[in-house]
Amino acid sequence: MADEPSFSVITSADGKAKDMRLALSGHWSIQNSALIERLVAEMPLATAGMRIVILDLAQVSRLHTAGAWLIDRAREKMSQAGLAVTIQCGQASHEILLKAAHYRPFDEAKSQDDHPLMSMLVDIGANVASAGRDLMAGVAFLGEVTVSFLRVLARPDHLRLTSIVFHLESFGFHSLPIIALINFLVGGIVAQQGIFQLSRFGASTFTVDLIGILVLRELAVLLTSIMIAGRSGSAITAELGSMKMREEIDAMRVMGLDPVDVLVLPRLLALLIALPLLTFVADLSAIFGGLLVSWFYGNINPDVFLARLQDAIAINTFLVGLIKAPVMALVIGMVAAIEGFQVQGSAESLGRQVTASVVKSIFMVIVIDGLFAMFFAAIDY
Amino acid sequence: MNSSSLAPSLNRSDPETAIRVRDLSIGFGPKIILEHLNLDVRRGEVLGFVGGSGSGKSLLTRAILRLIQPRTGRIEIFGRDLKDYSLRELRALEQRYGVLFQHGALFSGLTVKQNIQVPMREYLKISGQLMDQLAMLKLDMVGLARDAAEKYPSELSGGMIKRAALARALALDPDLLFLDEPTSGLDPIGAAEFDQLIATLQKTLGLTVFMVTHDLDSLYTICDRIAALADKKVVHVGTLEDMQAFPHPWVQSYFHGQRAGLRLQDRVQTHTLP
Repeated sequence: MADEPSFSVITSADGKAKDMRLALSGHWSIQNSALIERLVAEMPLATAGMRIVILDLAQVSRLHTAGAWLIDRAREKMSQAGLAVTIQCGQASHEILLKAAHYRPFDEAKSQDDHPLMSMLVDIGANVASAGRDLMAGVAFLGEVTVSFLRVLARPDHLRLTSIVFHLESFGFHSLPIIALINFLVGGIVAQQGIFQLSRFGASTFTVDLIGILVLRELAVLLTSIMIAGRSGSAITAELGSMKMREEIDAMRVMGLDPVDVLVLPRLLALLIALPLLTFVADLSAIFGGLLVSWFYGNINPDVFLARLQDAIAINTFLVGLIKAPVMALVIGMVAAIEGFQVQGSAESLGRQVTASVVKSIFMVIVIDGLFAMFFAAIDY
Repeated sequence: MNSSSLAPSLNRSDPETAIRVRDLSIGFGPKIILEHLNLDVRRGEVLGFVGGSGSGKSLLTRAILRLIQPRTGRIEIFGRDLKDYSLRELRALEQRYGVLFQHGALFSGLTVKQNIQVPMREYLKISGQLMDQLAMLKLDMVGLARDAAEKYPSELSGGMIKRAALARALALDPDLLFLDEPTSGLDPIGAAEFDQLIATLQKTLGLTVFMVTHDLDSLYTICDRIAALADKKVVHVGTLEDMQAFPHPWVQSYFHGQRAGLRLQDRVQTHTLP
């Protein structure tokens, strides 16, 4: 093909002058760059033993920056090998291009790969430090929220009631169907497993105790909190984060409005009200699910079920679950707000923080549930 | 000039015109935005494209880039209707384009260097070392500091994003460069530098530049010709002097408005200075 880049070697007649002319021709374009790369690699070999080399570009019909760079790089390489190299351009535009794309050394990517063990230790350290910072930020934020809450207590007319009601609707009311449904299903599953496993010991009626205690103490509040962390916690982080991204938070500050007062406190209060209510619904719905499955799968009549349930649980069983709900709400709201305020300028950062918010709040919910279990066991409640 | 780079298979009937738009109409639903629009972009020139906000400047660019489908009309690139290109030829043609989007459109998950290397990685089979060197060369050419190479787009300022995006647009040594408001969002000094950069690159690489702009300074300093879009079509194409003399009311108010007037005075003064 005529367009293919190539060079031919022309040595002077007697061959004693140790000079050589490399006549380049064809398209030294970016499309041919793979070929050109191989060509220029041959040049130092072709010119070995010479003293003077002329790169003649007169026959080059097309030149791109990639070609110019490679030609000039080859020139530099040969010069370093002690040859006197000159480039002769046929066209003025080639000369301009060669000047623009002249060879310059770039620091080769300094890949200072540390020892893998070292970098692992560095990673661990960085993560521990960031966890510590998270904890500090959480405590500081809790302080801010408390101050804001006290301010509102001192001046109740500053309470943003509309905002609270609005968020109560979105966190509480709109979550009702899904919370009722998953708890109904889990109640049913626990009942089915209880009947199936306990019937081997002829103790299938103890399924009612199992459902009552497990659901009221642990499952209902845990499932509700996890659902709310995923549903409302992420929403809070996304809302606050996108406001932070678009400088709305800053705009609020310069207007003399405290973002904690205006944005965080109403959401937090709404969560604090919504989560215990939802937990109560979850309790009922899980027990109802258990009752239905016991009835149809385990042949335990609703009368028997309810009588047995009254024996199995007391008010404290119910309260253990309910007491945890506001604490979970606080943790979910706080984590969501902190993560939301940490969003930087970009959309990826928003996505990252929303993920972090959900993961952290679910983790915290489970940790706190464990702490509560130990606490209630210790006080024998 | 090395700008005569057509694939050999392309029709060379009109080597002087890089882009030819004929009778182009674009609309959405009942709304017609461009109607019977004609425009020629000559090879090797810098064409500035002006028009009011929402007049459809970007639409025309997007139609030429085949990002939207026009209702009727013909768009010829290098003398051949886009509809006559096969899919493979279109791919080859698009490698000859460099596009600078208004907001840079750098891939946010990649560093600047990786951004510049995306087209190279896709279309060229060259060594990693050469790819690095070419990317750094492009960075140098657009006047970005070398330490910007390893940064992510979110760590760059507006001007740096434009430069990095220009470096990416130039990655494959294009013949046709599309610039969508290259200087918007830059301070006047940065904008002037960017104009100079485009002018230099255009001369060095023999580019054909199609530039959508609002910036009067850009029009004055680097555009060979100016096309004005008004009333759904290109009302006039010509040099700056032609445009100032053209009697269309929108063109008149654009080139003789207060802002334009000041610029003109400056120009006259600097030109009369010995």
